[in-house]
Amino acid sequence: MAEEANKQEYWRWPESTWINPDIDWKKGKIITAGVDVGSVSSQAVIMVDGELFAYGNTRTGSDSPDSARKALSIAFGETDLKVEHIDYCIGTGYGRVNVPMAQRTITEIACHARGANFMYGPEVRTVMDMGGQDCKAINCDDRGKVLNFMMNDKCAAGTGRGMEVFADLISVPVWEIGSRSFEIEKEPPMISSTCVVFAKTEVVGLLEQGMPDNEIMAAYCSAMAHRIMELLNRLGVKEKFVITGGIAKNDGVVRRLEKELGISTAEKAWHKPEYSAYPFETQIAGALGAALFSYALLDRGKAKSVRKA
Amino acid sequence: MEAFYGFKDGSGDWFVILDTDKCDGCGQCAEVCPANIFEIGEDEYDPFSEETVAKVKDEERKKIRYSCAPCQPGYGETPPPCLTACEPGAISHSEGWKVLYGRI
Amino acid sequence: MIVSGIDVGGKNIHGVIINNGDVLARANAAAGINKAKAIEGLYGELLDKAGLKREQVERVVATGSAGKRVAFADGVIPDAAADSRGINRLIPTARTIIDVGAEEGRAIKISPEGKVQDFAINEKCAAGTGTFVEAMARALEISVEEMAKISLESTKSISMNAQCAVFGESEVVSLIHAKTPKHDIARAVHDAIAGRIGSVARIVGLEKDIVMIGGMSLNTGFVESLKRELAMDVIVPEDPGYVGALGAAIAASTGTMEEEVEAKVIEKDDYQEG
Repeated sequence: MAEEANKQEYWRWPESTWINPDIDWKKGKIITAGVDVGSVSSQAVIMVDGELFAYGNTRTGSDSPDSARKALSIAFGETDLKVEHIDYCIGTGYGRVNVPMAQRTITEIACHARGANFMYGPEVRTVMDMGGQDCKAINCDDRGKVLNFMMNDKCAAGTGRGMEVFADLISVPVWEIGSRSFEIEKEPPMISSTCVVFAKTEVVGLLEQGMPDNEIMAAYCSAMAHRIMELLNRLGVKEKFVITGGIAKNDGVVRRLEKELGISTAEKAWHKPEYSAYPFETQIAGALGAALFSYALLDRGKAKSVRKA
Repeated sequence: MEAFYGFKDGSGDWFVILDTDKCDGCGQCAEVCPANIFEIGEDEYDPFSEETVAKVKDEERKKIRYSCAPCQPGYGETPPPCLTACEPGAISHSEGWKVLYGRI
Repeated sequence: MIVSGIDVGGKNIHGVIINNGDVLARANAAAGINKAKAIEGLYGELLDKAGLKREQVERVVATGSAGKRVAFADGVIPDAAADSRGINRLIPTARTIIDVGAEEGRAIKISPEGKVQDFAINEKCAAGTGTFVEAMARALEISVEEMAKISLESTKSISMNAQCAVFGESEVVSLIHAKTPKHDIARAVHDAIAGRIGSVARIVGLEKDIVMIGGMSLNTGFVESLKRELAMDVIVPEDPGYVGALGAAIAASTGTMEEEVEAKVIEKDDYQEG
């Protein structure tokens, strides 16, 4: 649909890919992969001997297996790496049962905790991940093991979709909303409707009343931050508190959430000092966790390599 | 590990909370639940664990508000059958039903 | 005694003037963005139709989600109380009322005297309201009326996964892409919301006669789905939109807005006098 194509401009985070210049995969012993097929975006992460080698982040199409293949293929990039070189691959995410090259699946809850632990370090205790169609809150221990969790994928409010609908309504791309929500004179009251559909009507009313666009963005980010805060407080938030997924890139929500919780999110930087120059892509946490589980299962002898080449 | 199965929306908090540390995988909850929301299987949230535990079926999570409502969790004259059936006390409900439907 | 009842909903306003139980006049108007203005306009129209002056109406009672906007009302009663008195007058055998509008869905258990005994509400979530159907109709690119009609032609039962109006829209789009016939999708939408409304109704207990009112009662496709879901007959009175206003007017004439039992049961709206 032409409408769908236009919508994409406003509400999907751009695709990305990266390959570690410091690793030659041909010199590595064990190559593992994690593929996270979400409802809106898909990621693939390749690790060589437990170190991050490459990742790909793409939009999920109408076909989950194709999305999995695409994510992996853009992760492979210009290298000669192929599926046959992978020792073990784990699928995760909403479309995990449809990752054709995976040897097993693990829930995204477990993978996100593990991935966040690797990215941010063993001090992480609470991970909040907001994907395209869900929101998860996870408490974990210093090894990234899940201690408790809560997931909402029933209600669009407090999910990436909630922000997307809004971005589409006011015709502003999601990546601009965060910063623009702070270019205001004063912080407005939050949108009062919790339901995205009713919130849309409320926003239209505010637009008609002449509220400046940036203020409306602030009101919406505020409402979303409040919803997330309620969800998180139900579970209990402990520092270090980190956010993964697309929403981590929306400062408009993140800063207001920190304020509501009275807890700051950890700095978006790799825990391992040798990774400091590498890009810190919050959307790969799930796939990264899956790739790490692959490595750990092989290492502990709980899985066998399927490498063919 | 406490798993919160369900959702939160504009109308309230609707969760069945399962403590897998307490759960011994006996399967009684799955037997007695009139809405058939439970199943027993491996612990999906700890890939290294070999234990069998109870969980709420994936397809039930989004409807849990309606599935649990007839048992009046939190405010009925008797507790929901799953609570009574669970010896280790691994199951509990969030406040949603009590807040919206319970009578003060 | 000449009294008036005014029901201000999210989308529509209904008003009646009655004298000792006989309806003298009724009128309705779109609520629009300026509700206060629409209310004034409607009341003027009512008085004109009844051939009355403002002073001749002894009491005005308002109801509805925006009932408090009726500035000249002597009192405001909760929707549930208005619905029950209105239905009790029209269908004295009614014991269960299901009222689904654009913004809310509720189920009410009423006594033979028309007083609220129990009630359960579905609010703040579009999935349990008429808005859900409207959103799906948009995705199908047809009107709600058309959707109601074609859903009756379907013999297929498709279960919707989404329990949210926003996610539901995507699901409908996927079904369309998968070449599912529109009439089957339309029925799936009605079945889905009927499931939710049915669950809310079961909380108060399904006792016949079951009566349905509110905007969604005009959707014949939905009413069929609801009958299937409840496995019981559902009666839709004529001109269901006026039930609330009628009930408010009855409350005005009897002078008892609410009984103590009801006051405990209805936690939502505050009862206001004067």
